[in-house]
Amino acid sequence: MTFDALLVLDMLLATLMLMLAIAALHCESLRQGIFLYIVFGLVTALAWARLKAPDVALAEAAIGSGVAGALLLAGLRDRKPRKQKSLLRRPAWQVLTVTYLVIGLALTASWAFLDAQANDVGPRLGAMVQAELANSGVSNPVTAVLLNFRAYDTLLELAVLLAALLGVLALGPERAAPRAAGPVVHHLVAWLTPLLIVTAGYLLWVGAHAPGGAFQAGALLAAAGIVVRLSGNPHNGLPSGIWVRMLAVAGCGVFMFVGLASMGGGANLLQYPANWAGTLILLIEVFATLAITTSLVLVYLGGQPDSWSSGRRKARA
Amino acid sequence: MTELLLIASAALGLNLALSLLAMLRQPSAGDRMLSAQLLGTNGVGVMLLLSLAQDQAALLDVALVLALLAAVVVIAFTRRPQEASHD
Amino acid sequence: MIDLLSGVLIIGGLFFYVAGTIGLLRLPDTLCRLHAVTKADNLGLGLLAFGLLLQLTDPLSMLKVLLIWILVLAASAAGGQLIARHVQREQEDSS
Repeated sequence: MTFDALLVLDMLLATLMLMLAIAALHCESLRQGIFLYIVFGLVTALAWARLKAPDVALAEAAIGSGVAGALLLAGLRDRKPRKQKSLLRRPAWQVLTVTYLVIGLALTASWAFLDAQANDVGPRLGAMVQAELANSGVSNPVTAVLLNFRAYDTLLELAVLLAALLGVLALGPERAAPRAAGPVVHHLVAWLTPLLIVTAGYLLWVGAHAPGGAFQAGALLAAAGIVVRLSGNPHNGLPSGIWVRMLAVAGCGVFMFVGLASMGGGANLLQYPANWAGTLILLIEVFATLAITTSLVLVYLGGQPDSWSSGRRKARA
Repeated sequence: MTELLLIASAALGLNLALSLLAMLRQPSAGDRMLSAQLLGTNGVGVMLLLSLAQDQAALLDVALVLALLAAVVVIAFTRRPQEASHD
Repeated sequence: MIDLLSGVLIIGGLFFYVAGTIGLLRLPDTLCRLHAVTKADNLGLGLLAFGLLLQLTDPLSMLKVLLIWILVLAASAAGGQLIARHVQREQEDSS
């Protein structure tokens, strides 16, 4: 009985994901496509939960579904409305190319998976991580991999985020804010924002020993900023002038500083001293969270906010 | 107990799929938004059941984040189209 | 005994979830469908949450489940109102 119910749920989730993806490409209006994309994110989060990957499920729910959905909706407003060409009405060669590519990708992935199962491919990643976990300073293996064993990758991710932020800031002034909202939105936002902030702090703290971490916390904080913005508040929760710049750069900056400082004792880049590892990871995560929040909120704003420079600029209409 | 939880999560998953299909039949904006609402509650329900069925307390955190983001998405949807809003 | 009570509550919750979906399928108007979704689903979630609460032993987890339930209730109440007003405005615009 157990096996049947699990299989039903898994098949359901897999089918739903495929159908939602096709429907999101096939819809007539971009608003419907965005909505289907958000739903796709939710179903993917459920799939991650079924795959026993709570960290990824958290990130998918927070960033992939929530913040990305809000970002897409905000971006939609800037486009001139025009009819969306549905996937099936595109020229045949385009449809065929994409179909063959997807089939090829699926076949390659299946072959790689089955081959790895059949042959002995050496020590598995999970076992290797577990063996070194005690030396990493945290007890959550995902955080250990992200911020210790593969810290360089995470540093580069933060750098990529910063580069994207610079691109958005180069667009000029921010979009115009929505007008002030009525009592319902106001009171909803009034208790939703503190709850988002507290949950973000909780996820950041708990990331050391349970699923959580900087990216999820940063996304939740950014959602708080987005929600404050949507309620028509002229402030968006970010500081002004030099501080917002420092916050945006702090993630990469503190990470690199810690990495370079670790070299002082003759070690390699980002090789934390063993008994300081936990503290350093927490330090990096705090600033990474702040940087991710600042970047996501600024990207949502679509440009430089009023508080960015000393001279006041008119918001883009 | 675990079997009941798994059957319940499969049933809720089916419910989710059916409500999605129902929503796709009438693609007006209001129906989309109320589907966002519905998927929020359904998704949170499935996540709660899975958290107990698979004995992973972390999935409770995921359910919390899902509920929060569902609220954010509903605000984003309903505030979006008109800037001349007086709600 | 606790398992039995839990099971009854969970099945009751499922019943209300399904009732909400049936309402979504059968009711004629968007605003009526909003009723079905907001009320029935939340009641289903509440019963589900209480059924699960009986199964938990860790106080932090129980607190989280309660928090999730109250959060979804409050957010649905406000969200339902926002959606209803949006639908009404659209109907006024198109008529």
